[in-house]
Amino acid sequence: MEAGMVMPAPALVRFSGIQKTYDGEHLVVKNLDLDIRKGEFITLLGPSGSGKTTTLMMLAGFEMPTHGEIYLSDRPIKNVPPHRRDIGMVFQNYALFPHLTIAENIAFPLSVRKSSKAETQERVSAALRMIKMESLAHRRPGQLSGGQQQRVALARALVFNPQLVLMDEPLGALDKRLREQMQLEIKQLHETMGITIVYVTHDQSEALTMSDRIAVFNDGIVQQIDRPDALYEHPVNSFVAHFIGENNVLAGTVETVERDYCRVALAGGGTVAARAVNVSGAGASTSLSVRPERVAIVPNGSSGEGPNRLPARVQNTIYLGDHALAVLDVADNAEFMVKLQPGAHHSLRPGEGVFITFRPEDCLALDPV
Amino acid sequence: MTNALPTGATASTEVPLKRRLRRAERTRQVKALALVLPLLLFLLFTFAGPIAGMLWRSVEDWEVRQVLPQTIAALASWDGKDLPDEKAYAALASDILAARAAGTIAIAAKRLNYALNGFRTILTSTARNLKALPEPGTAKDTLGKINPAWRERATWTTIKDAGGPITGFYLLAALDLTRNADGAIVAAPPDQAIYRDIFLRTLLISLGVTALCLIFGFPVAYLLATLPPGKSNLLMIFVLLPFWTSLLVRTCAWIVLLQSKGVVNDSLLWLGFIDTPLRLIYNRFGVCVAMTHVLLPFMILPLYSSMKAISPAYMRAAASLGAPPLTAFLRIYLPQTLPGIGAGSLLVFILALGYYITPALVGGAADQMISYFIALYTTETANWGLASALGAVLLLATVLLALVYGKLVQSQQVTGGMKN
Repeated sequence: MEAGMVMPAPALVRFSGIQKTYDGEHLVVKNLDLDIRKGEFITLLGPSGSGKTTTLMMLAGFEMPTHGEIYLSDRPIKNVPPHRRDIGMVFQNYALFPHLTIAENIAFPLSVRKSSKAETQERVSAALRMIKMESLAHRRPGQLSGGQQQRVALARALVFNPQLVLMDEPLGALDKRLREQMQLEIKQLHETMGITIVYVTHDQSEALTMSDRIAVFNDGIVQQIDRPDALYEHPVNSFVAHFIGENNVLAGTVETVERDYCRVALAGGGTVAARAVNVSGAGASTSLSVRPERVAIVPNGSSGEGPNRLPARVQNTIYLGDHALAVLDVADNAEFMVKLQPGAHHSLRPGEGVFITFRPEDCLALDPV
Repeated sequence: MTNALPTGATASTEVPLKRRLRRAERTRQVKALALVLPLLLFLLFTFAGPIAGMLWRSVEDWEVRQVLPQTIAALASWDGKDLPDEKAYAALASDILAARAAGTIAIAAKRLNYALNGFRTILTSTARNLKALPEPGTAKDTLGKINPAWRERATWTTIKDAGGPITGFYLLAALDLTRNADGAIVAAPPDQAIYRDIFLRTLLISLGVTALCLIFGFPVAYLLATLPPGKSNLLMIFVLLPFWTSLLVRTCAWIVLLQSKGVVNDSLLWLGFIDTPLRLIYNRFGVCVAMTHVLLPFMILPLYSSMKAISPAYMRAAASLGAPPLTAFLRIYLPQTLPGIGAGSLLVFILALGYYITPALVGGAADQMISYFIALYTTETANWGLASALGAVLLLATVLLALVYGKLVQSQQVTGGMKN
């Protein structure tokens, strides 16, 4: 899975053969093996119901694995209650204690650890400085904005220097601008403090922005664990290709396979050359994945024979400010997206016939959807 | 100039805007008022009216004033140091003759007897023996001969004190106080000083029942708030079940259970834990058990609603921050249930203060609460003044408690944080 990685840092957390079922009938997490390295920012990414939150809750100690063992610093922790795991956690709706002030909220993990008064005071004010909220120390959570509450929750989870910090969709309740700002702040905190963060989200752009590595969950199984760019460039299956970034799918059948490449007959007519990533051999059906920015539109009648040249019909164009999209009808896909330079969409008229072309290495033959 | 223009424009339209807002609001207010008006009128007639009437009766003093008007007028100038003058005796004789003819002697006699034991005999014997209006100047001797009590100062101060139109007599009596012959407020004689004890008993039983309700209700409310909906709905039905049963039936059920040949005693005897039946009813124990049972839902429901609002994430957050379960409960969960505890306790305590039927049925003579005596004076002895005074004292205590509670809740709201 991680062939080619150079000298991975020692694992801080190790999930070993974890299974989890709530109803005894179907598994929410199916046989999870996952190593989390010390100091890394790892994101568990997946649609709702994919098992990512359950995995996080098992790590935090709020859910018990049905089978398997979790190791934290090589110590099995399946039977360690959450309050003895030394794991900080930031919750979806912050879970700031409404009857305590901001300072009291941040001091809570220190006071239950019986820290001295002076030390508590010092660390609380350091934490408040870190989130730039010294002046609001005596407010209550109800009097703060969502972004401020988020910062307090972060400070509270970090103030006792836990060996691991878990975040369960912490930015879900914020608006887009604030969310992007908080993403950068969390990323910066991670880099300056050198803490290990396990982050759960269903937002792929959030995952791509912040993570060192992303584990893509679907259907209780980790589909792929890799760096963000590797996930985007080298998805191992159709789910990952589709979940990370924009993606065009074309269905077809493999005609021939030659080393890393194959020829695929499209269901909608025509043949293309593609990189054989996840195909069993000639005769197998496959889904081709092509990113919108890797496709070029050539006007009708222009010369030049590319290896992958397909006729298309313009359905629509969408202007998005920094770029534009053309929606095309290609083979069996009536919503084939092509990314254009802004302004280029003016030259395309709905109903117009054009050709599209893309390089074989940008077209991945994956498992059929 | 260009900068000043918008400001000026705002200022000139501000007043009409406010007026327009008021006009728009007025329609809404009238509609709102129309919606509450029927209930408001109903409450005015059935609640505010009777309470005002009760408060008035606790200080009203009309009987003597109505039956012996000339005597009261004649005593107005009396300084109370010595026996009143001949004029007052003549007025009394005239009043007694008139009252005998009208058949109203008993009304005054009853009122005066409250203040001075034996006054009924004095007045009725005088009325019986006074054949005609005494000759001018002989009224003092005539009355003194009929009953020597008329030669005592206390007899006359009693009449003057009862002259109305308002009196503190009943309110003082409700607090075991009375006025002596010199008009000073002193402790009532021991045989009449019973109400402080009864108020104290009422307070203690109510506090005890409130504490029991809290102890029993808290875990149930917690369960209700944390169980999955299906199970908690079922449990909620059990909690609400008592509301669908008559209070009398529930209280009588306790009699059946707790009496000396009742279910509980029989079971304990059969199991060999006891040799003779325990006395479980017609005492404080029975009162507390039955009242706790009846009032429990009033504790559980406010607790439940406050607990339902506490997200389970708080306890998880506390655990993840290193708090063991007990610490998390005491420092995070319990403080957030305080509004519920306050509301439930206040509700149960105030309801318990006014409890009547349950202590009357399952309590002994020493377990009767203040409401029993209010009912006694209202229905048996028709001493409305004292009944009203006891009611007024109870009302005052309740209102004070509610105010204190309101202050507590308000101070919590001022500091914020009661919302998520």
